[in-house]
Amino acid sequence: MTKRIIDHPILGKLDDTDIISFTFNNKEYRGLKNESLAAALLANGVRTLRSHEESGAPRGIYCNIGHCFECRVTVDGQQGVRACLTPIKENMVVTSNEKLLTTVRDWRPENE
Amino acid sequence: MSKVIIIGAGPAGLSAAITIAENGLEVLVLDEYMIAGGRLLGQLYEEPNGNWWNGIKESKQLYEKALDLGVKIQLHTAVSNLEKIDSSWVIYTATETYYTSHLLLATGATEAPLPIPGWTLPGVMSVGAAQVMTNVHRVKPGNRGVIIGVNVLSSAIAMELQLAGVQVACITLPKMSLVTKESGNPMNVMNSLLHVSHMAPSAFVKFGSKLMKIEFMKKMGITFFPKNGVKMWDIPIMLRKAVIEIYGDNEVEGVTMATISPTGEVIPGTEEKVQADFVCIAGGLYPLAELAAVAGCPFYHIEELGGYVPLHNERMETALEGLYVAGNITGIEGAKVAASQGVAAGLSIVHNNGTSNQEQNIKKAIQDIEHTRDNAFIQFHPAVKEGKQKLQHYWEEHLNTVKDMVGN
Repeated sequence: MTKRIIDHPILGKLDDTDIISFTFNNKEYRGLKNESLAAALLANGVRTLRSHEESGAPRGIYCNIGHCFECRVTVDGQQGVRACLTPIKENMVVTSNEKLLTTVRDWRPENE
Repeated sequence: MSKVIIIGAGPAGLSAAITIAENGLEVLVLDEYMIAGGRLLGQLYEEPNGNWWNGIKESKQLYEKALDLGVKIQLHTAVSNLEKIDSSWVIYTATETYYTSHLLLATGATEAPLPIPGWTLPGVMSVGAAQVMTNVHRVKPGNRGVIIGVNVLSSAIAMELQLAGVQVACITLPKMSLVTKESGNPMNVMNSLLHVSHMAPSAFVKFGSKLMKIEFMKKMGITFFPKNGVKMWDIPIMLRKAVIEIYGDNEVEGVTMATISPTGEVIPGTEEKVQADFVCIAGGLYPLAELAAVAGCPFYHIEELGGYVPLHNERMETALEGLYVAGNITGIEGAKVAASQGVAAGLSIVHNNGTSNQEQNIKKAIQDIEHTRDNAFIQFHPAVKEGKQKLQHYWEEHLNTVKDMVGN
């Protein structure tokens, strides 16, 4: 089932012919050329873009226009890229940021 | 002579760029988004004359007009810092540093979040995010959503979602807390909704809103407000229910709602689950003014304008030489007002640069802003004019302070 709005009563028909492929966490996806990474992934049913650096909790888009940085991913090796502001390109390699070891946390056994 | 630089390619920034280029100056517009238009892009509503206001079309027209006039528009460029060195404004981006003697901040607005348990789950997004996904990217934010926060923006976007075939289960309130305050209080929400009743297609709502001008009727209205809401565009608007939690294992699966008293307290035992695969949080808009703060502008908190706004005058000049503001950074209003402010800012820049005398045009542009404001279809705050008067008063105080300092 597609999540794309192909026909819109006011905005008209969507031109969805220019399709390219990219990978997200080693899985191949297809999207429309120059659409945002966040939109392309959501159209594929992908909501979780990363794990929170400290808690590991899943996170997805929040504001969708670059203000909140909730959608940060790694694009072609560059960390902290906002998926909502990044147009997808052919063969783009995208990965999630995973939970990190953090030095500010108290690592003694009783806190595990 | 350096180029004029504008930060923000929304209706204000692009209108200013067009005005400045028409008067023969070089302009560079920076914007961090991938398409020009700003918040205008997502807008889609029917005007009283039956025409559809299509934000994508409007944005494209402004963008192309600016390009035709030789304006340089650099998208995908975020400004991280700015400062004044000697008589120049220095603008830092990830790749380049720019210098100008006239800088316009047209950075627009951002959405206030409402913290609700479960709000970090994937599938929870700001209502503006759902709007951009639906209208600009043409991807459904989900199949069935709940909108938390009843206000002008959320009602308009609920209608847009429905237009695109996305089901909106209901628009409802957040549970009242220290943070959600007014947006969780049914009485306050009802008051703030009354001034948008002209947008309601339903005669019942229009008629009801007239009665609601009487204080007693308001109390009665909220006390007897149907528990299952009043429908607008077939979407239940629930003022007597609130979301107490968003649930789901790894993604949104639904919300827990409860009935609330007329003053917003949750009535125990009334909790119910409503299934949804996405949730929109609508906390309202506030001016996005960080760059004005970094620059050192004095700020005032003006409720009617949506929050803290940098001090400026009717000519869109800030208290800092060579720094101008236009659009929603000056207060939350519609795109047409933003565009008219852009024109005024553009003329002020042309005038102050000494390119040509624009006194008459500036006066006319200021009147145009007023006129556009008076005729605005969507008003975000009923007392926006009072807010503007407060700001003007602060500006006069500022001028007197400067005069005193110079006098001593």
